Amino acid sequence: MAASLTSPPATATGRTVTLRAKRRRSALVTLAFLAPWLIGFAFFFAYPLLSTVYFSFMHYDGFRPPTWTGTRNWSYVFTEYPLFWPALRNTLWLVVVMVTTRVVFGLGVGLLITRIKLGTGVFRTAFYLPYLAPPVAATMAFAFLLNPGTGPVDHLLGDVGLPQPGWFNDPAWSKPALTMLALWGVGDLMVIFMAALLDVPREQYEAAELDGAGAWQRFRFVTLPNISPIVMFAVVTGVIQTMQYYTQPMIAGQVASGVIGNSGQQFEPGYPDKSTLTLPQLVYNLGFQHFDTGSACVIALVLFALAMAFTALLMRRRGGLIQAGD
Amino acid sequence: MTDVLKAPAPASAPASRRGTDARTARRRAALEWVAIHSLGVAAALFFVLPFVFVLLTSLMSDNQALTRSLWPHPFEWHNYVTVFHTAGFLTWWKNSLVYAVSGTVLTVVSSVPVAYALAKFRFRGRNTALMLVVATMMLPPQVVIVPMYLFWANQMHLTGTLWPLIIPMAFGDAFTVFLLRQFLVTIPNEYVDAARVDGCGELRTLLRVILPMARPAIAAVALFQFFSCWNDYFGPQIYASENPAAWTLSYGLETFKGAHQTSWNLTMAATMLVMAPVIIVFFFAQKAFVEGVTLTGVKG
Repeated sequence: MAASLTSPPATATGRTVTLRAKRRRSALVTLAFLAPWLIGFAFFFAYPLLSTVYFSFMHYDGFRPPTWTGTRNWSYVFTEYPLFWPALRNTLWLVVVMVTTRVVFGLGVGLLITRIKLGTGVFRTAFYLPYLAPPVAATMAFAFLLNPGTGPVDHLLGDVGLPQPGWFNDPAWSKPALTMLALWGVGDLMVIFMAALLDVPREQYEAAELDGAGAWQRFRFVTLPNISPIVMFAVVTGVIQTMQYYTQPMIAGQVASGVIGNSGQQFEPGYPDKSTLTLPQLVYNLGFQHFDTGSACVIALVLFALAMAFTALLMRRRGGLIQAGD
Repeated sequence: MTDVLKAPAPASAPASRRGTDARTARRRAALEWVAIHSLGVAAALFFVLPFVFVLLTSLMSDNQALTRSLWPHPFEWHNYVTVFHTAGFLTWWKNSLVYAVSGTVLTVVSSVPVAYALAKFRFRGRNTALMLVVATMMLPPQVVIVPMYLFWANQMHLTGTLWPLIIPMAFGDAFTVFLLRQFLVTIPNEYVDAARVDGCGELRTLLRVILPMARPAIAAVALFQFFSCWNDYFGPQIYASENPAAWTLSYGLETFKGAHQTSWNLTMAATMLVMAPVIIVFFFAQKAFVEGVTLTGVKG
């Protein structure tokens, strides 16, 4: 549109020549602008992904040259590797419980912050700040807070006569403890929900009120339909983040087990009793602790398939993650 | 909507009834105000208390940190000095800073032109390119880590340094590209067209016209990138673990806990020192940040 308006009038042949030259030049310019990403995509994504597929069919310990083993790595991972199914079950648990509670809690905090009239800025900062805490530091902080016997939360529970679970040391409580840590860092969802809630047209609330709708009905029939795309967005990105869940369970397990990190002492992830295992930790465990490159690549591909499936879901969303360009 | 339109207008009630209605309504509103703000305080406690406990514990003696007392007595400010003097801590601090600053600069410089092209150029395959950006953004880094590690270890001999983490950032980061692109499409095309009419080349248009307008978005993505480098644990664990001189704070903090098994006070002081830069930066750039979060998925 703009190009045709600005191109100077020219003779028929002259125009085609300049147009073609222009188009070629603009293709070159486009390529130049995209170059960093194109190179990065090819080199740090496409090539290693293909090579991951290749290695998943090879036996390779990092020292001797790789040898073809067919589907041996695949059957090893699915039938013999003792950590695979626990990790998958944990992932399912995290998707069902952690993602759901995080979305519900994020929406709750978002609703709360839009209705707080006094000191809104202070509240917003307080609610948001934990989201920024570096995961390693935040996990260490929670390991301390919940530590049986010495942690303030443990003391507090004892004082009010509630049971004092072992949290990160108890297989039944380690994932709830991680969920609490995730709820503490709910700031990102709060901000997203806050923006969405403020976008709901005022008139709809007023109209509902005239109809005699109570607070719950206003929420159910006005708020929820208006923000449902954002809820959907929060759920799907939450699931995708769960596929990447690595640092917190790794640190929590390591700190709680008392293994000295980075000391060369081997720490099998998942403490206590495989309850904090997630798929990304298996890539580390197989590839970098057991030097079983082939099986690590199998896990990587499983992870790839899962993440892609949910990303596809996210992109199919109407109105889309991708905002329409011109 | 239609129901709403058909709803009868509220009949004017007798004056006395209207008075009581107004009074109950006012009382209800006051009660609601109190309820909302109490809930707000409760939530604020949940979010803030962990920081307070960590801070207080970091100022206790190591014996006191194991007891149930909450208030440090006496205040052991010296803990922070001890942490700084712990072998490696200053090195880790420096490494984190180098990683985060160079990573941020490289990412922004390499991602801006890509985002601009994806937002404002028209070319075949643009939508595909955008989809690929989103897809790579959503992938866990573990998916391609094995061949990447082999490449940096066997071909480049750069493991044990932070280079395998810094170099790739010179080639655009999917998340940054995506976020910037989301912002850039909201800039009206007229600006771009006007610049072209004035004879600006694409690069000049980007630098002179678009960049000044995109400053808030660039600030936001720069902050995100800084934090994601500062917080990164997996990258340094894979590439730098073999060489303690290349460790970053996020990675070294773990060792710190290991070496001071029962000294929760020192561990919490170290934890505070890892959190501090992030919190300080946040207070200086709060607005850019909140804007950035809303950009992530929901339209800007």
